[in-house]
Amino acid sequence: MKVLDHLFYTVSHEWVEMLEDGTAVVGITDFAQHELGDLVYVNLPEVGDKVEAGKRFCDVESVKAVSDVYAPVSGVILEVNEELMDAPEKLNTDPYGAWFVKLGEVSGKERLISAEIYRGQTE
Amino acid sequence: MEKKTPLYECHLEAKGKIVEFGGYLLPIQYESGIMAEHKAVRENVGMFDVSHMGEFVMEGKDALANVNYLFTNDFTDLALGGVRYSIMCQPDGNTVDDLLVYRMKEDKFYIVVNASNRDKDREWIESNKFGDVNFEDISDSIGQIAIQGPNSEKVVEKLTNQIPQKYYTFLDDVVFAGKKVLISRTGYTGEDGFEVYCRSEDTPHLWNEVLKAGAEFGLIPCGLGCRDTLRFEAGMPLYGHELSETISPVEAGLKMFVKLDKENFIGKEALSKDRLRKRMAFRVVDKGIAREHCDVYVHDELVGQTTTGTFSPTLNQAIFTALIDVDVSSDNHFSVDVRGRKLKAEVTKFPFVRKSK
Repeated sequence: MKVLDHLFYTVSHEWVEMLEDGTAVVGITDFAQHELGDLVYVNLPEVGDKVEAGKRFCDVESVKAVSDVYAPVSGVILEVNEELMDAPEKLNTDPYGAWFVKLGEVSGKERLISAEIYRGQTE
Repeated sequence: MEKKTPLYECHLEAKGKIVEFGGYLLPIQYESGIMAEHKAVRENVGMFDVSHMGEFVMEGKDALANVNYLFTNDFTDLALGGVRYSIMCQPDGNTVDDLLVYRMKEDKFYIVVNASNRDKDREWIESNKFGDVNFEDISDSIGQIAIQGPNSEKVVEKLTNQIPQKYYTFLDDVVFAGKKVLISRTGYTGEDGFEVYCRSEDTPHLWNEVLKAGAEFGLIPCGLGCRDTLRFEAGMPLYGHELSETISPVEAGLKMFVKLDKENFIGKEALSKDRLRKRMAFRVVDKGIAREHCDVYVHDELVGQTTTGTFSPTLNQAIFTALIDVDVSSDNHFSVDVRGRKLKAEVTKFPFVRKSK
């Protein structure tokens, strides 16, 4: 299972990339997509929505089930990856490229864990 | 504690993702994933472990009278070597189980039931059987492999020269990859295919032989996930969803398997009355997937509930079936409540997907 060193993670299998300008990009991990199986729908939130660390902010659907995705940090949604609406399979083929949202006003980073710890948890 | 089928080790070896189903540990999918496994069966060939299914034998002078009384279909004219689908009902017309009946001899029937209902079915049959008949549950001594898809015959041809030619027929005492089996041209996918019943201890050998024989045709092992999407696209009911102890086969749209002109059978009186609900097929127009137990509306009026809902890999869209009040016309504008969101839905026809070729 792929875990990238420059990202932070959550125990609920989301990843977050902290950009230099203070914004953050959010997605689900390789482990998560593998556990979920073939994804066929993504229900995305809207730009301007506020998200709270640890709370559900969107969901993904596989053939068999719907699963919640939790916000790794708190913030305001600046951008939504609309491409996922038409190509949800990207979450399976490129989990670290297929981001969900870009967040501003980022706070609540206490829940995040390092790549090293996350790797240890999914092995 | 969940039971393991004789193929449990084979599933681990093939990296199956194991879940509990009907009291058994079975793979929901293998490495290829549900979409690829589904596609393999629709376009090519796939193999399933269905050893969890229950098998009963009913034999004796009154065997025919018993199956005709216990089950809703009529077996009087079922030929030797023939297979017939049927429902087993309660006196109130609701469903104990759905099953397959194989006619082995004039007075001997092989009955295949759902794993999750096996104990209930056995007790039900034992307490309702009558006359001169022997009844036995042989499930634990039997393994079963399903080979399904348009290329399934090419695989089977490499392993035996005795192949049932017609859909819903079978041959017994067939030598298949060196072992004695019963093979029927049946399945739960809506495609051409075979189900091979063998001795429990022979199952891993047969599994591996089918894998080898199927390699040149691209055969892959397929899990429960695509078994469900395949049967659902084909419009086939699944017990616990389309049929249950509170749903009758007439409501489920399976009247052709209920022979009301038969003399007497359990549930006959109740099944003769008009139904209050009907099973209908829908596709979701908006984005999203309706699952089971979602409420269905016409405008703001609640008219029914979904029984199965999933993403159809073949149609590349969300589909569902629902039990709808019988007087609601299909011309209406329907919607389905998915986690608080009302999605537009459109009535469509059974089956969602027709057989290949």
